[in-house]
Amino acid sequence: MSLHPDRVGRLKLASHLVIVAGNPNAGKTTLFNSLTGSTQKVANYPGVTVESVEGQYTFAGESIRCVDVPGLYSLKAASEDERVATDVILGRQEGKPELVVYVLDATNLERNLFLFTQIAESQVPMVIALTMPDRLQARGKTVDLERLQSELGVPVVSVVAHEDRKLESLKQAISDALRDKPIPAIDFGLPEGMQSTIRKLSERLARIGVDASQAEIRRNLYEPPELFQRFLEDFPEIAEPFTEARNRLEAEDLLRPSVDVTSRYEWSAKIQSLVLRDAAKPAKVISITDRLDKVLTHRFWGLTIFVLVMYGVFQSIYTVAAPMMAGIEDVFGRLQDAIRPMVSQNEILESFIIDGLIAGVGGMLVFLPQILILFFFIAVLEGSGYLARAAFLMDRLLGWCGLNGRAFIPFLSSYACAIPGIMAARVMPDSKSRLATILVAPLMSCSARLPVYVLLIGTFIEPQYGAFWAGFSLFAMHLLGLVVAIPVVYVLNRKMLKARRLPFVLELPPYQWPKWRDIWLTLVNRGKVFVKTAGTIIVFMSILIWAAASFPRFSPADPVAEAAKFGVAEERAEQWVQEKQLENSILGRFGKAIEPVFIPAGFDWRITTAILSAFPARETIVPSLGIIFSLGGEVDESSGDLQSAMKKATWPDGRPLFTVWTAVGLMVFFALCAQCMATLATVKRETNSWKWAVFMFCYMTALAYVGAVAVNYLGKLFGA
Amino acid sequence: MSAVAGMTFADLKSGMSARVIAVDENCLDSRRLQEMGFTVGTQFSVVKVAPMGDPIEILVRGYRICLRKNECHCIQIESVG
Repeated sequence: MSLHPDRVGRLKLASHLVIVAGNPNAGKTTLFNSLTGSTQKVANYPGVTVESVEGQYTFAGESIRCVDVPGLYSLKAASEDERVATDVILGRQEGKPELVVYVLDATNLERNLFLFTQIAESQVPMVIALTMPDRLQARGKTVDLERLQSELGVPVVSVVAHEDRKLESLKQAISDALRDKPIPAIDFGLPEGMQSTIRKLSERLARIGVDASQAEIRRNLYEPPELFQRFLEDFPEIAEPFTEARNRLEAEDLLRPSVDVTSRYEWSAKIQSLVLRDAAKPAKVISITDRLDKVLTHRFWGLTIFVLVMYGVFQSIYTVAAPMMAGIEDVFGRLQDAIRPMVSQNEILESFIIDGLIAGVGGMLVFLPQILILFFFIAVLEGSGYLARAAFLMDRLLGWCGLNGRAFIPFLSSYACAIPGIMAARVMPDSKSRLATILVAPLMSCSARLPVYVLLIGTFIEPQYGAFWAGFSLFAMHLLGLVVAIPVVYVLNRKMLKARRLPFVLELPPYQWPKWRDIWLTLVNRGKVFVKTAGTIIVFMSILIWAAASFPRFSPADPVAEAAKFGVAEERAEQWVQEKQLENSILGRFGKAIEPVFIPAGFDWRITTAILSAFPARETIVPSLGIIFSLGGEVDESSGDLQSAMKKATWPDGRPLFTVWTAVGLMVFFALCAQCMATLATVKRETNSWKWAVFMFCYMTALAYVGAVAVNYLGKLFGA
Repeated sequence: MSAVAGMTFADLKSGMSARVIAVDENCLDSRRLQEMGFTVGTQFSVVKVAPMGDPIEILVRGYRICLRKNECHCIQIESVG
């Protein structure tokens, strides 16, 4: 038996499987992008939020499949991302890798070699890609490649990621290594007591027919308690000898992580001193990075520039995206007009194709401009090194409630739209804080809420209370989500995601020009991920909602005559049919059925149905109200007809339906609710589970309901 | 300058140099901090402190890392030089 279980079964290995692994910021992704280019596929590892990126290339007639694992500092997996990376490197995910390409940052040898010692123990064939030799040279040092190669026992290739000529020699080394299988041969001094315990355990295991290397035994013995427990559960038949050995190490005070970590770092420091040489050219006295940092992390200029940069980014999300979004809507409007005559012989088919399918696909693609623009900026900010500085500046502000300095990107973007905001939570370094960020991001007041606010403020607040209170309520609505998000994220971190947080570590990599290939691949991958996975769900749900609002059909043979029976004038017959259709549909019936639930909030079945039909997207409440008040679906938020219809609407006993408090309650409801299926679909995609999408919908709807009821009761207390 | 014993990261100022003198291994954060290179005897220096007082950027083992002061309480340090 072997100590490598195949947790998800071995995938088909049509070609060679190569893992690209290394420390964060070692230049791993840039190297991976240069190797595999546009062949990349993004997917989630089963059951976790961590993404895997896979690509391939062909060299000398051989097809090489590469997997880019998340950057990690140690195989003693501390975060979910690190655990996934560890599982892949150690062959617990898709079978043992044929080769690990270990990305070694020449400017950070000591710490990078620490992780190398851990991977080396798994006895997997390895090739070292030594990155950033140019940057090391600027510091007045070089690496003696031959010496490094002989110390580590595996081939070392120096690469500058944007010089493709050097990549050829890496590809050559990979192909050679797939044939020769070079295994690292290193020896760092361990205390005698540790070695003898491991030796004895190895002999004992051999007697019961378990063949495991001493390194493998040592790695498992030195797992943190929870992982050691998991290991024992996976292999109950060897639990006893392992537990005994671990107890012996503990008794001899050799189980402390420091014994293990210190011996590795001593070895790393020794290797570094052996291979580093003075370069011909001496170092620059002060690097460009230090000079830039003097300004960009300055307590006044740094913060000023940060605000300006963020303002620029989010201004362009609005202004650059708006015409593109209008263009998409225009194209889909024309498409509807062009196709309508082809399907008009069948009323249901027409409605399905035009209002269900085409509207659904258009309503999904309209998010793409914002997503791509935001990720363009994220890629530039990240690739240049500025994002890390911004996190450095902002960490204090966001750190106390369990987030960290990077969370401002997803939060600010969510003010434009929660979809790119949730996707931008990828900038968060670990999956716990990423999840917390995703779950509260949709509380930020996105631009789709604006039509709701404009309609209600314009109808019930501005005419009565004037421009000051109109402006104040608009501002208050935008602040509400942020204010509510703070306790929510605090509770989420304390109660639900209470798995221990790691100490926050942030590296400030040297400034550099972002690489076009990296930016381009970020955009391609994010676009594909959204359209393929989230997009499919959005279109499917649009069609479901269309069906709920369209069936059962209300289509009298002679609409005008039917309308006349109810005293409706001929020219209003079409709108009247639309209203009856919605009232008669599954959605309308459901709205009537749950009216009692919303009575405490002061909403009748008409408001309730409009809320329900706004599930696809908040702003669709405006046309839905138009239909319900018999004005047809063509109204917009500044329509005078809709405003006066809402003012005139009454309860059956003649009281006005809308008071100013009902209007505020409805705005609070929309500020806090999760009425946006694109958001829910994106949460499903990004967290890789419906569980969190459903959780988000429930908690936000509960908050929205409580908020609306509270406003209604305040209204009763203070009168209006 | 004589070493002041019993310092923690909270006492660090920009430009200071310090050495790790003890790591509390009962503390859960200690493993990660040691893996980042803060083993007993390691010297490091403070590059800069963020405008709002936290985090701090540290030069250790030839590389730079930012840490939050209150997340390093399991490491005892003394100032050097």
